[in-house]
Amino acid sequence: MPYQYESYDVVVVGAGHAGCEAALACARLSFHTLLFTISVDSIALMPCNPNIGGTSKGHLVREIDALGGEMGKNIDKTYIQSKMLNLSKGPAVHSLRAQADKQDYSREMRRVLENTPNLIIKQGEVSEVLTQDGRVSGVRTSSDAVYPCRAVILCTGTYLNARCIYGDVSNATGPNGLAAATHLTDSLKKLGIEMYRFKTGTPARIDKRSIDFSRMEEQKGDEKAVPFSFTTSPDSMTKPQVSCWLTYTNEATHEIIRENLDRSPLFSGDIKGTGPRYCPSIEDKVVKFPDKDRHQVFIEPEGNYTNEMYISGMSSSLPEDVQYRMYRSVAGLENAQIVRNAYAIEYDCINPMQLKPSLEFKQIEGLFAGGQFNGSSGYEEAAAQGLMAGINAARKLSGKEPVILDRSEAYIGVLIDDLVTKETHEPYRMMTSRAEYRLLLRQDNADLRLTEKGYEIGLISEERYQKLLRKKEQIEEELVRLGRVMLGTGPEVQKVLADLSSVPLASSASLAELLRRPELNYVSLKPLDPERKELPSDVIEQVEINIRYEGYIKRQMHQVEQFRKMERKRIPDSIDYDEVPSLRIEARQKLKQIRPESVGQASRISGVSPADLSVLLVYLEQHRQRGNGGLL
Amino acid sequence: MKTDVIAAIATGMSEAGISIIRLSGEQTDAVMEKLFVSKAGVWGTADIAGYTARYGYIMDQGSVIDEVLVLVMRAPKSYTRENVVEIDCHGGVVVTRKILDLVIRNGARPAEPGEFTKRAFLNGRIDLSQAEAVIDIIRSKNDLALKNSVHQLRGSLHGKLHEVRDRILRDTAYIEAALDDPEHISLDGFREELENHTHENLAVIDQLIDSADNGRMLKEGIRTVILGKPNAGKSSLLNLLIGDDRAIVTEVAGTTRDVLEETILIQGICLTVMDTAGIRPTSDRVEQIGVEKARKYAKEADLILYVVDSSVALDGNDEEIIEFIRDKKAIVLLNKSDLNPEIGEEELAARTGKKVIRISAAKKTGLEELEQEIADMFFHGDLSFNDEIYITNARQKAALIEASESLSKVLESIACNMPEDFYSIDLMNAYEELGRITGESMDEDLIDTIFREFCMGK
Repeated sequence: MPYQYESYDVVVVGAGHAGCEAALACARLSFHTLLFTISVDSIALMPCNPNIGGTSKGHLVREIDALGGEMGKNIDKTYIQSKMLNLSKGPAVHSLRAQADKQDYSREMRRVLENTPNLIIKQGEVSEVLTQDGRVSGVRTSSDAVYPCRAVILCTGTYLNARCIYGDVSNATGPNGLAAATHLTDSLKKLGIEMYRFKTGTPARIDKRSIDFSRMEEQKGDEKAVPFSFTTSPDSMTKPQVSCWLTYTNEATHEIIRENLDRSPLFSGDIKGTGPRYCPSIEDKVVKFPDKDRHQVFIEPEGNYTNEMYISGMSSSLPEDVQYRMYRSVAGLENAQIVRNAYAIEYDCINPMQLKPSLEFKQIEGLFAGGQFNGSSGYEEAAAQGLMAGINAARKLSGKEPVILDRSEAYIGVLIDDLVTKETHEPYRMMTSRAEYRLLLRQDNADLRLTEKGYEIGLISEERYQKLLRKKEQIEEELVRLGRVMLGTGPEVQKVLADLSSVPLASSASLAELLRRPELNYVSLKPLDPERKELPSDVIEQVEINIRYEGYIKRQMHQVEQFRKMERKRIPDSIDYDEVPSLRIEARQKLKQIRPESVGQASRISGVSPADLSVLLVYLEQHRQRGNGGLL
Repeated sequence: MKTDVIAAIATGMSEAGISIIRLSGEQTDAVMEKLFVSKAGVWGTADIAGYTARYGYIMDQGSVIDEVLVLVMRAPKSYTRENVVEIDCHGGVVVTRKILDLVIRNGARPAEPGEFTKRAFLNGRIDLSQAEAVIDIIRSKNDLALKNSVHQLRGSLHGKLHEVRDRILRDTAYIEAALDDPEHISLDGFREELENHTHENLAVIDQLIDSADNGRMLKEGIRTVILGKPNAGKSSLLNLLIGDDRAIVTEVAGTTRDVLEETILIQGICLTVMDTAGIRPTSDRVEQIGVEKARKYAKEADLILYVVDSSVALDGNDEEIIEFIRDKKAIVLLNKSDLNPEIGEEELAARTGKKVIRISAAKKTGLEELEQEIADMFFHGDLSFNDEIYITNARQKAALIEASESLSKVLESIACNMPEDFYSIDLMNAYEELGRITGESMDEDLIDTIFREFCMGK
């Protein structure tokens, strides 16, 4: 018997990394929020790799934190190893990555959710999204309960019609044998939503006691762990860290794989979903790169209270007996005991071009979506979308304009713009090469870029905001000061420079000019700068980066100006592309499908040429003039 | 909003008369400051009032390029509602292009197709009712420009550009792959390799800039294609037109297997004449390619000269050509008209619906009549001269210069020992600029290359 339950402002479907951020954002913005999960014990589950961050993903976590999200704080509490990647390269690509204690991570996030006012957690499967006149009106569960609500955020991850496959074994479950959600897809299709079928995979987990680490290279964490969250004190990051281990596949491994390719569901055609190019299975790697005689394999702990080790680099959907031989052919894994098999997972997700940049469905008001459901991959990508979907659902209910980060403001902006504008045929992974203004979008300045926005949204406390303003002020003041303090060519100055193996000054120069010399830095210049006040290290870092890379930064800022001109040219919702004369057919079709919000967004649609844009600009101006004419 | 200065040749290009180079934008005075000096010795146009002309010289590094009249219009009283300067020069292909080049070197950029009109409209200068006409202009000019930039680019240059672009893309993909997956891909020792590649790329681009200066990049002029059956006398006609024996003339049918081309002037009108392989079915693979090329060029031609051997009866090959030229501007040339004719002038005129002229390539007769016909067609407007080509060339050159500058910055960054992620910014700039020439956009090239070339990920 169907029955009606009490009503909520927002219902979030799924409590993975996207769902958690979405629910927290809505509840923290004072909306009565109900979070559905198929299993309360799997909140913020990390079903694949045991780490958070990494190249460009670390940036996302910092941005989530700067806007008032939870992921950064949660990993700071539960990391077991911390590493800053790419330190030998420029500051824009420095990327933080932490190994997580998976169970701790999940438990800690659950504790935060359970103690957040306005947030109710409920175990159950949502089977239907209810609408009235093109607007969300509630959800129905598989137990036939109806929950009226004003907004729904779908964060179903990899659970929709999920199927886990290895060899000829195929289980209709979500990750880790958890129940799949089998009803919702049909309901969404009935609402006219276009679905995709994607796949991804995970490697085996192996018992630590069966691994010979003496045959592997130890991979330690950084001596000084760095927090993700701008609110975590760097001094608190003192936990002992665990190591990861590096080993390699070899020709024998590859031979085993090649001999058994015909037994892989990927090659037999049993798996129809599209997999990510970024996370290829080991059989994919062997087939695509036949010249490589070995592939790296990282052995990563799943946590402090388990012997399970994650075998990074060897995801697979080969049959169990082949997996067994394949893993045991790797140096150090000769006696490996597999705890969990590797498997591929297939699931339903949407074509994200059906979403607005606010992550609301274009054709259904009040229906939002985030995470892997939107065709992305990765915990961090999911959390970032969940946060934005949560924020924008809340703003919708308050009658406010959505918050849309553009490509020059945040990796989150790049991520969402790519998803809703460019066709994706595989699970989308964030990459640093996707961010065209990455010199400005550094992980070190995420707070300077976004925390003010977070404050305006209502997810950043007054205290944190004031701290940010103080930091900005200190950076500005110090930049001005360093440009003004001039050094002469006196013997004391030349002596200090000589001691620092730097060439003497030919004529007087400012401290800022000296800072541009690669061999010098802020700290080493102290003897030449007696007036200097004590400044926090994060302020010094910003000052150094700004001075050292000034030329490049200025150039990117100029590009951003050009970019924003086009972003500011809005396209009215009411535009009828059939009325725009002279668009080429391909451009017209794409524009009708995607319905970009600005000329800038239109320019990034493949198949829309510069001439089409010119035509569009002229048409919009015509439209505008007509509109004005009508008012007069 | 500050808009950049755009420039273009406003008049059709021919060897006669006056040509006008038009500039529009906020900073036109800043551009003119560097290249115009009045008779009285005052540099620039800053002191010239709107709707006033001044006589003077266009200067390049101390030497006079041309004696000109400069007309200044001040915003908003101009076609685009921006500051506009028109340079009336003495015309001629070489001088006009030199001045445009100079203007671009000094801070203007070549206008996009239809951009003056677009600005005029966006700045409210053109009436709403004309908006659709504006759109048509943009559309048609862009289509033309695209056709020019892709089809007019000489084959070998196209190949070179692709090579350079490809190399840049691979280098960038390598860097980016290593940035995204530092644990699998190392950049050790890559700087030297990149430095070498970049030097090679720069050499090619700089050579292309030179060839753009010499006008060798694009085929400029009315694209005129000579068509006909093998041995109808096409190559002899080309020789006749250019007045020497450049095209090989033999008695063996099927000699011209590739496409020969020459630029000629007829009464001041510039023609690029292409001699093609005779159209006939053939089993010779090389000749086949030639015949296919002939068809392709004919499709893009502004004018077709169809040569018919009057001593041989029309056959299926002629049928094909006659069908082909039905919707094109064409002149039929009845060659070997001194021999016993198999085909009459009237018959041919009736079948083709085109003007038929009797010539004898061997005896060099009929040439005058042909030249007069071409000139008439041109001056009656039947044959439009494609001035977009010049501006396309200027645009392409500007893109090459941008690409060259970006690659120089890469070398600078390497010399300054900057981290590798800084290189790819300028590499991608160069890649995109070169893409403007070949008409290709970047889209997912980089990501696709990263995944194709490098084994990434966990």
